[in-house]
Amino acid sequence: MIGFQYSRAQDVADAVRQIAAEPSAKFIAGGTNLIDLMKQDVERPSRLIDISRLPLRSVEETASGGLRIGALVPNADLAYHPLIAQRYPMLASSILAGASAQLRNMASTGGNLLQRTRCYYFYDTATPCNKRVPGSGCSAIAGLNRMHAILGTSESCIATHPSDMCVALVALDATVHVAGPAGARVIAFADFHRLPGDEPQRDTTLQDGEIVTAVELPERGFSAHYTYLKIRDRLSYAFALVSVAAGLELEGDRIKDARLALGGVAHKPWRDPTAETALRGQPASQATFASAATILLRDAKGYEHNRFKIDLARRAIVRALTQAAAGTPQLQSSKKIA
Amino acid sequence: MTRTSPQGRAEDGISLPEKLPVAITVNGVARQLRLAPWTTLLDALRDHLGLTGTKKGCDHGQCGACTVLVDGRRINSCLALAVMQDGASVTTIEGLASNGVLHALQQAFIDHDAFQCGYCTPGQICSAAGLLAEGRAGSAEEIRELMSGNICRCGAYPNIVAAIQQAMGQP
Ligand SMILES: Cc1cc2nc3c(=O)[nH]c(=O)nc-3n(C[C@H](O)[C@H](O)[C@H](O)COP(=O)(O)OP(=O)(O)OC[C@H]3O[C@@H](n4cnc5c(N)ncnc54)[C@H](O)[C@@H]3O)c2cc1C
Ligand code: SF4
Ligand code: FES
Ligand code: FES
Repeated sequence: MIGFQYSRAQDVADAVRQIAAEPSAKFIAGGTNLIDLMKQDVERPSRLIDISRLPLRSVEETASGGLRIGALVPNADLAYHPLIAQRYPMLASSILAGASAQLRNMASTGGNLLQRTRCYYFYDTATPCNKRVPGSGCSAIAGLNRMHAILGTSESCIATHPSDMCVALVALDATVHVAGPAGARVIAFADFHRLPGDEPQRDTTLQDGEIVTAVELPERGFSAHYTYLKIRDRLSYAFALVSVAAGLELEGDRIKDARLALGGVAHKPWRDPTAETALRGQPASQATFASAATILLRDAKGYEHNRFKIDLARRAIVRALTQAAAGTPQLQSSKKIA
Repeated sequence: MTRTSPQGRAEDGISLPEKLPVAITVNGVARQLRLAPWTTLLDALRDHLGLTGTKKGCDHGQCGACTVLVDGRRINSCLALAVMQDGASVTTIEGLASNGVLHALQQAFIDHDAFQCGYCTPGQICSAAGLLAEGRAGSAEEIRELMSGNICRCGAYPNIVAAIQQAMGQP
């Protein structure tokens, strides 16, 4: 870790002012990703602007029947919040599928969105990585790429976004509230994270100097028919190989509406409207689920060590939709597969 | 890429950060420290306060050996900057026993032989204290899941779960 200055933000406007005055500074919230990357010399900010004391810790009901979650609400508090557990159990389950109890106590809502990839080469400053040093090359494409993406990759980068929580947030049509030098704006969750293209150094569409202030959930939570199914190398405390957030609205055994998003497969939480369209109006059957999986994975491309993910994703989608339809969601405290 | 010492920035013409005052209560005792901003809570406890019960395993949030309670919540002290804890109350393994009587978890770990080398044990016990305070684990399965942030390379897991179950049965 290199030396850095430290200051506290007094309010959101002060945080925005401080980062505008020193663009090589970074905000710190829970610190669980940033401190780790600073110890690896991957992140080298000149200053840390501590936003952890800003009053962005509440979960409030909105006029439109949804919830507004402050950017500093800890992941654990959000997962166990009664309104989240009751109305958005898919979100609660996705959070509890991630990291550990200690880390969830520290990690913030905003920080979870902005956590960086776990690509081994991104972490290893001795190897080329376009995300860390633009133009230096991608070590993963012809290297160890078992954890890497199968959808939306580019010649520049095949990294995945590691968050579990974000997979549920994109499925639930959340929005991200940000503040910056040019004022406040709201970004649809699906537009918040981006594909690598030829600028893999940019994970999100957040502009320089902007701060996330809140995440907003619309009213519909798909709380009757949902699941968050995470497949990983060990039963807990490991990043996803593939994860699936599924939400269904059923009318008898017909699917009235569907939400389907995948984690561990792309540079962003992956949601595909055409796969959801293919589910709507169809019977909630294995055949329907399998054809939605085929559609979602139509452009999937494997690399040397991660080809297994294509079949794994297909099966995980069918399993997740089956769990959602049956109302037997995956429990994160019990690893039995329903 | 060359590694730069904390002093490295001075060579770039950027002034070296001053040490900052940090006031924390550790195991009930108010402590005043002056620390460089990059000092983690783990290093502050071990190197500046001499409380070496809290262990450094991985230093990257991956093992749980550094688990302590901050304002009653379990966290990984290796990923927490000490300056950010200013005003907080920290409990470490050294602070769990009271008046010479072991904490129920400490006694249960002894009763169930819940360790071999003992390196992960302070973190396991502090994490379990956090787990008990959270009150979200009932079954052995739930204990295992909510203790998954604490790795034991000796594989004492079955006895750790048994010890926690014993402590949960005590008032
Ligand atoms: C061992 C380990 C295992 C993990 N396993 C999982 C897992 O299985 N699933 C999972 O989803 N996650 C996992 N995580 C990641 C964890 O969820 C993230 O590290 C955490 O959510 C980041 O939140 P934070 O508040 O600590 O962010 P910080 O580390 O404080 O910040 C991260 C980044 O976000 C920026 N930032 C923070 N808040 C804001 C804001 N409000 N506005 C603008 N920028 C901001 C910071 O500048 C920084 O660049 C794991 C982490 C570790 C260490
Ligand atoms: S996949 Fe992306 S993050 Fe990993 S080495 Fe290639 S460019 Fe870097
Ligand atoms: S030393 Fe902190 S988690 Fe390993
Ligand atoms: S007792 Fe040796 S690591 Fe747990």
